[in-house]
Amino acid sequence: MAILTTEGLTYTYSAGTPFEKTAVDHVDLCIEDNTMCGVIGHTGSGKSTLMQHFNGLLKPTSGKVLVEGQDIWADKKKLRDVRFRVGLVFQYPEYQLFEETVYKDIAFGPRNMGLSDDEIRHRVLETAQALGLTKDMLERSPFALSGGQKRRAAIAGVMAMRPKVLILDEPCAGLDPKGRALMLQQIRDYQRKSQSTVLLVSHSMEDVAEFTDKLLVMSKAKLFCYDDTPKVFRRAEELRALGLRVPQIASVMDELRRRGYEIPLDLYTVEKARDALLPLLRKGAV
Amino acid sequence: MSDMIEAKHLVFRYPAEIGEDGKPAAQNEPILKDVSLSIERGSFTAILGHNGSGKSTFAKHINAILLPEEGTVLVDGMDTRDESKLFDIRQKAGMVFQNPDNQIVATIVEEDVAFAPENLGVEPQEIRRRVDEALHTVGMYEYRNHAPSQLSGGQKQRVAIAGVIAMQPDCIVLDEPTAMLDPQGREEVIETIHRLNREQGITIVLITHYMEEAAQADRVVVIDGGKVVLDDVPAKVFSQVDRMKALGLDVPQVTELAWELRQAGYDISPEIITEDACLAALERLLQM
Repeated sequence: MAILTTEGLTYTYSAGTPFEKTAVDHVDLCIEDNTMCGVIGHTGSGKSTLMQHFNGLLKPTSGKVLVEGQDIWADKKKLRDVRFRVGLVFQYPEYQLFEETVYKDIAFGPRNMGLSDDEIRHRVLETAQALGLTKDMLERSPFALSGGQKRRAAIAGVMAMRPKVLILDEPCAGLDPKGRALMLQQIRDYQRKSQSTVLLVSHSMEDVAEFTDKLLVMSKAKLFCYDDTPKVFRRAEELRALGLRVPQIASVMDELRRRGYEIPLDLYTVEKARDALLPLLRKGAV
Repeated sequence: MSDMIEAKHLVFRYPAEIGEDGKPAAQNEPILKDVSLSIERGSFTAILGHNGSGKSTFAKHINAILLPEEGTVLVDGMDTRDESKLFDIRQKAGMVFQNPDNQIVATIVEEDVAFAPENLGVEPQEIRRRVDEALHTVGMYEYRNHAPSQLSGGQKQRVAIAGVIAMQPDCIVLDEPTAMLDPQGREEVIETIHRLNREQGITIVLITHYMEEAAQADRVVVIDGGKVVLDDVPAKVFSQVDRMKALGLDVPQVTELAWELRQAGYDISPEIITEDACLAALERLLQM
């Protein structure tokens, strides 16, 4: 089922001034529910502007945004409801923590939805657990947590609203490799369990290669493609021209194939490359 | 000649927070416990470590933003605790930080690059010459009259680097300069600092979370728990895949693939850190 649709979505900043710039140009998209989707594109490609349309922070200059088939701008009174269904977590969300305790901070969104105290409690505990925040952390000030924990508390606040679509803008920026891998695994588990759609904006091709089913690629304000992750990484040359790259392991496998070895397609993680190479090596000569 | 940077038994702790009663709370644990490290003139060193390991704290000692609690840090032979040498030290060792937006001060690119030499009291004609040269070096000369806000992240970081070069430093310390950049911006910045190292002999200290970037350095230093735990050429450091993962770090994908194949019993070097070396080794295995 389509959860998020855009029709001819266009957005122009500072229209009518010398600084006029079209940041999103006629984007037609249809994203299904229960999808883990990576969003990639060079700086200034329009990804962030596009994301801000999905929960109505920006209003299209022309075209439409539909959430579960409904035009979000058809009835302005329902816009608040759209923000509960589409959650947006900005870069460095830990700067937006403000409550006295981590518990209250995570509960802020669900409370605004008018849920009962019991339901709020249930959701806060569930989300905190999913992100590895312990019960004693919940009673502490968010400012007493480490950087990675603060980031998780901020993300939990949006997850606890159980949005149909969760948008995360660079949730791993500044985390070390171990912290990064754990965060991505937790997000992936959340997505599987909630069967919701998660949009993961990232500059790391290795991360989106390992953790997403679909990729949305923006370039120069236009949608370059929206397709299965393996199919996108087959287009290495085109990605390079867009200022993007493929994971290191994908370039090695592509080059072996070019040199005439019978290497299967779509080997863009270490695990996949190993699993494909071992039988070939066992056979001896290829 | 002395080393560019020489840290001896460096200990540092951040000051305790002031509690609600107005008195300082219990003393913090030292973040740097005993760091001794010499960095050779003209070398390219990458420093790795997980969040909170102390690597950025160490970097801030190199140009006297932080001063040692115990031990010493010498920059080109000058003790960072000698206040009369502060300007000289900061001119010798420039710093570039993670967020390009936090380190650009002017509204025009060339004015931003001129900021440091102006403050050092350099003659106007000499400033003009240095600014033009620095912008040429980082490939941003055509943008000299642009507003920094119109640039991409990679371009902004190159302007920040130009601002440091205009001081004519002997050493540049970069603290995760590529963390916020897209892949192309990352390549631009890394190529630029390698060129500065190669062509002008500038000593580079690069702190990064990207293992592929560290693999291109002459030397990799790993800091953990406030101490140097690994210090060697990249191939030797990354060949210790288990150890690196236990330290909360990673290795380049090609190194991990080679390691996996080695675990499965194949004869492949554990010291593969580049795509080319990985390709050559796989070809050899596939032809056997």
